[in-house]
Amino acid sequence: MALLEIKNLKVAVEDKTILNGVDLKIEPGEIHVLMGQNGVGKSTLVSAVMGDPSYEVEGGQILFDGEDITDASPDERARKGIFMSFQNPLEIPGVTMENFLRTARGSIRGTKEKIVAFRRELEEKMDALGMDHAYADRYLNVGFSGGEKKKAEILQLLMLQPKLAFLDETDSGLDVDAVKTVTEGIKHFHNKENSLVIITHNASILDGLDVDKVHVIGKCKILRTGDRSLIDRINEFGYASVTEEV
Amino acid sequence: MFEVEEKTRVDAIDRTLYDFKDKLDPAMIVNSGLTEKVVRQISLEKEDLEWMTEFRLEALKTYNSLDIPTWGPPIDGLDMDNIITYVRPKGEMSAKWEDVPEDIKNTFEKLGIPQSERLSLAGVGAQYDSEIVYHNVRKEVEAQGVIYTDIESALKGDMADVVRSHFMKLIPPTDHKFAALHGAVWSGGSFVYVPKGVSVEIPLQSYFRLNAPGAGQFEHTLIIVEDDAYLHFIEGCSAPKYNIANLHAGCVEIFIGKNSRVRYSTIENWSKNMYNLNSKRALVEEGGIIEWVSGSFGSHTSYLYPMSILKGDNSRMEYTGITFAGEGQELDTGAKVIHMGRNTSSHITTKSISRDGGKSNFRSEVKITREAENSKSAVTCESLMLDDQSRSDTIPVSDIRNSKVDIGHEAKIGRISEDSIFYLMSRGLSEDDAKALIVGGFAEPIAKELPVEYAVEMNNLINLEMKGSIG
Repeated sequence: MALLEIKNLKVAVEDKTILNGVDLKIEPGEIHVLMGQNGVGKSTLVSAVMGDPSYEVEGGQILFDGEDITDASPDERARKGIFMSFQNPLEIPGVTMENFLRTARGSIRGTKEKIVAFRRELEEKMDALGMDHAYADRYLNVGFSGGEKKKAEILQLLMLQPKLAFLDETDSGLDVDAVKTVTEGIKHFHNKENSLVIITHNASILDGLDVDKVHVIGKCKILRTGDRSLIDRINEFGYASVTEEV
Repeated sequence: MFEVEEKTRVDAIDRTLYDFKDKLDPAMIVNSGLTEKVVRQISLEKEDLEWMTEFRLEALKTYNSLDIPTWGPPIDGLDMDNIITYVRPKGEMSAKWEDVPEDIKNTFEKLGIPQSERLSLAGVGAQYDSEIVYHNVRKEVEAQGVIYTDIESALKGDMADVVRSHFMKLIPPTDHKFAALHGAVWSGGSFVYVPKGVSVEIPLQSYFRLNAPGAGQFEHTLIIVEDDAYLHFIEGCSAPKYNIANLHAGCVEIFIGKNSRVRYSTIENWSKNMYNLNSKRALVEEGGIIEWVSGSFGSHTSYLYPMSILKGDNSRMEYTGITFAGEGQELDTGAKVIHMGRNTSSHITTKSISRDGGKSNFRSEVKITREAENSKSAVTCESLMLDDQSRSDTIPVSDIRNSKVDIGHEAKIGRISEDSIFYLMSRGLSEDDAKALIVGGFAEPIAKELPVEYAVEMNNLINLEMKGSIG
């Protein structure tokens, strides 16, 4: 059974149709890459799968682990194991990252997290991402630089251990070293059971990752699906080279 | 985090924790209303000294001569003819919990008072309706010369002259109508005296519980801290909810000696039929510091603006407050400060939250006299409104009489954004939990100023207010 199955999905924002009939299947353990020009609806797809109320699903179905989650609330989806990293993570003043993550994981797992053990685990993961432990005690994303916010999103991924993670342009605005760190984080996270969908314009975040499928979005749907070689063609010849022949 | 319109709503609250009622079983209760007869009866019941009886009657005259203030939230639901101004609980005041009558003891146990005393307090006073039922202070604190007792005993004890010469001198009955009311019918409250050079390392706490329906509570807290000393005083208050108006018109007077520091923390959680018209004032001598920490959660209507008089040079005040107004509540809170000494400074930082049509107003007055050169004042207020029905107003007043000053005012009003809620929900938090977390974060800078147990209580109160918890 597919981990995620999207059937004929139609999504609108403020009455404007952005996606009109998207089909997508992701199996456990797979890494998919989502590409497309700016504004074609890549983030819309991710937000709709996460259940963002500002996106209206006008038709179609989203199945996760075989279960229809088209009408589920975002927190229900998170508890089932879906995660998305935000392009622009929100700042939450007065709530430390540690406190937030402990609350979040407690909500997802339905257990009370042990404070000391949780902190230890958090620090380990921060080390892996080259983050100063002081960030655990800072208010969530408040005053973080763009790069720090992106790393913090990956830290959340590592702590929450979802079954399916969407990484929406996590590499944008990052320097070369930071992109490497993020890729290391993704490798650290990925295993045979969980899946990733990576939205990117840049192949370097994928270095060393075993990409199963690449999808190109345009004209409100998935125009083309292929293997990793699609990325190189796009980077060399532009989007038209892979979409016009369809 | 602010900006986007907030559409969802949070359920009504449950305050079972504070809302239990004891059967009304007083030792003595006066008729409702405010007449000379009632005032004389209270005075007789309390075995006042003659000067106090005169003082009360004079205050009653003042009360009758003053008008009800019209500048604040409406208080027409408060009819003094229906208010019972004195209810004496059963039993005598004691320094032993065992001696406190069973039902009253249970009340304070439910509120966690004796437990906190054992854990983290240097002394505790507990008032039930009009009288203090329990007062105790740790031996080692007493040995430092600290006096912490009910004010009635203090008025007749070794320091009677000192108490008399300070009683209602900072807030005279002529100050406003409810100060006059207080002068006429005051009962209960605490007296604290900290000698020169003594630092009271752990806090003292007084807790005020009003159980009788339709009654008023008029406790008087008088704190005198001599030079080079330190005190942290905590005040807590709560009451069960009734369908008729209750009134709280207490007075707090604090005298702070040279280079002394007093921190006064309050968590007020009156029930939502309470008119809370409280007066608090501190007089600060040279180099002294007053720190107010104030959490206002309950009451139907509040008028609460602790005032600091920075009399001595280099004296300072800090006010940190949070107000949470829900359905049917109008909480008008803030602070006043008068800079009289040179190089004095004041910092006022407040947060307010309003929800379900609640109104939360911030009112401040900063006055800098001609003499108070090189004074500084900074006022910052932030409001968070959780829906379209709620209201928040900011009314800052400055009266600056010299040019060598540095003053600032900053006000922010916002809403919880849908984006922030979605962000947290995408991490598994329910919508209510997401909102509670955001509101808790908003309140955090205040919470960290509170003693730990009170910070926990405040967080619980926010959670209570944010989610209809199960009784």
